[in-house]
Amino acid sequence: MGLKEKTSDLKMRMRHALKGGGDKAIEKQKAVGKLTARERILALLDPKSFHEYDLFVEHAAKDFDMDKKYLPGDGVLTGTGTLSGHPVCIYAQDFTVAGGSLGWMHAKKITKIMDHALKLKVPLIGINDSGGARIQEGVNSLAGYGEIFFRNTLASGVIPQISVILGPCAGGAVYSPALTDFVFVVDKISKMFITGPEVIKSVLGEEISMEALGGARVHCETTGNAHFYAESEEQCFSQIKKLAGYIPWNNTRKAEHFPKKSPKTRQYKIDQIISEDPKEPYDVRDVIKSLTDDSDFLEIMELFAQNMVIGFGRINGETVGFVANQPLVLAGVLDVDSSDKAARFIRYCDAFNIPLITLVDLPGYLPGVDQEHAGVIRHGAKVLYSYSEATVPKITLILRKAYGGGYIAMCSHHLRADFVFAWPTAEIAVMGPEGAANIIFRKEIATAKNPDKMRQEKVEEYKEKFANPYVAAAYGYIDAVIEPNETRKILIHALEISAEKDVSMPTKKHGIPPF
Amino acid sequence: MEILKVDDVAYTTLLTKKFRERKKYEPNDPKKVTAFIPGTIVGVSIKKGSKVNANDKLIALEAMKMVNQVATPMDGVVKKVYVKVGDIVAKNQLLLELE
Repeated sequence: MGLKEKTSDLKMRMRHALKGGGDKAIEKQKAVGKLTARERILALLDPKSFHEYDLFVEHAAKDFDMDKKYLPGDGVLTGTGTLSGHPVCIYAQDFTVAGGSLGWMHAKKITKIMDHALKLKVPLIGINDSGGARIQEGVNSLAGYGEIFFRNTLASGVIPQISVILGPCAGGAVYSPALTDFVFVVDKISKMFITGPEVIKSVLGEEISMEALGGARVHCETTGNAHFYAESEEQCFSQIKKLAGYIPWNNTRKAEHFPKKSPKTRQYKIDQIISEDPKEPYDVRDVIKSLTDDSDFLEIMELFAQNMVIGFGRINGETVGFVANQPLVLAGVLDVDSSDKAARFIRYCDAFNIPLITLVDLPGYLPGVDQEHAGVIRHGAKVLYSYSEATVPKITLILRKAYGGGYIAMCSHHLRADFVFAWPTAEIAVMGPEGAANIIFRKEIATAKNPDKMRQEKVEEYKEKFANPYVAAAYGYIDAVIEPNETRKILIHALEISAEKDVSMPTKKHGIPPF
Repeated sequence: MEILKVDDVAYTTLLTKKFRERKKYEPNDPKKVTAFIPGTIVGVSIKKGSKVNANDKLIALEAMKMVNQVATPMDGVVKKVYVKVGDIVAKNQLLLELE
């Protein structure tokens, strides 16, 4: 054969491999509203940027007549490309080939591209669509998962890892996404669980649908396993592209600088959002949008623990991570879920050189037996731990209430915030005036002729003295009490002046956070 | 909007589904023996009126490929048995009551 023949032989081989599981399997995939693995990569990455590797890899299984089967690419596509101009490594499991099941060579393709991503220091994107372990390959399939989990852990905090769940992801397979930074799910398409509905039914007699057990909505709302919810694969891809613009390629870089833009001040009037009555709610996202460039805010885990808002925005073109109590939901209290949500995000920002801006307005921790028994002590401690260990610039703004343990936890000076600002509406106190007055003046109230009147007087007295930012400012716990309209200007300055922040922590192998 | 009370202060706010559906605390009643793991009943060695001593193994509960023994926490007399061999029980389901 000459070059011409050999080239046409190559083309023929490629055509054969590119067909994936064949027309019938592809038709089935389409029938449930799913794109094929290749279509997904092409839709996500920049046009013509995808370069595929290991197209000719074949499985190595021998038992159960597997040696007679040809599985194109062994059910997974791997390669490199660019995402909104950023270099990335990517893999996508191909459900049309043996249900995307994970065998040894399938896993080897994935771990090879993972090693690549870690070495080249570029983000890793994994598109999951797999029936699970390839049972015919037995323990080799388990070994494959283990090799993937190990690499997820090595890469954690070095390169961004994004998991996209576009099909089933069951059993051990769920632990790769769980180890990565951001998990994207799509309504009716994504399914994640350790033991599926059939096992649950046979063992427990409990009947539940896949959707109700581990559908997209469940993981966004209830479990907190997923970070971004989309109605369709297209919407999911545009969310990923948006996220990619906010985060750096690896932990030695800063996020991309964008042209500066002003907030949409007509829509978001910073001095008209919060109610002066500390008991009245408002949407803290409006405050965030009144501060960010173009009033843009990418919220993460929008549906989970909504009493805490986390996400990315830009100030003067630079990415910042926002952590904010949300008075609109559960009065913005800290609880098990919201602590967990905030703590992980703080660690993400710290690992990837993203400054943190904390907006505080909370009455404290959520009271309740369920919270105490669910370990709110242990989970709440995660917030203290992650703020304390974070060495990125930390700027705190107290909008209104900062009571009790909540004041300490929300990036106070005591946890080494670089700057703590407060609006004149701030109330920094050991607890709310009503609770404090009831304790401090218990005797006076109990022995008064008119206890209710006395209580009201004492509450007013306490409010007058302590429900303000000036007691804390007198001790230097607040650096400046600022006018709301000045906030953005002040934040810009604080960020600029903190750009070269350099602090070091005691030498250690690693800390022991209250996981 | 609803009300959430923290430290004697009533805040106007939205409540979450998870908060509304949170489990109410119920103190543990030693007279009520429940399943500590979901599974299938494979043996019942007592009936109504049986006298039992603390730590007697009363019910065999197969779960996670193991036969687990459900023991009584206290001395007493069986008031009622709620399960029979072959029943599938959920976690915390009432198995028997003592008096």
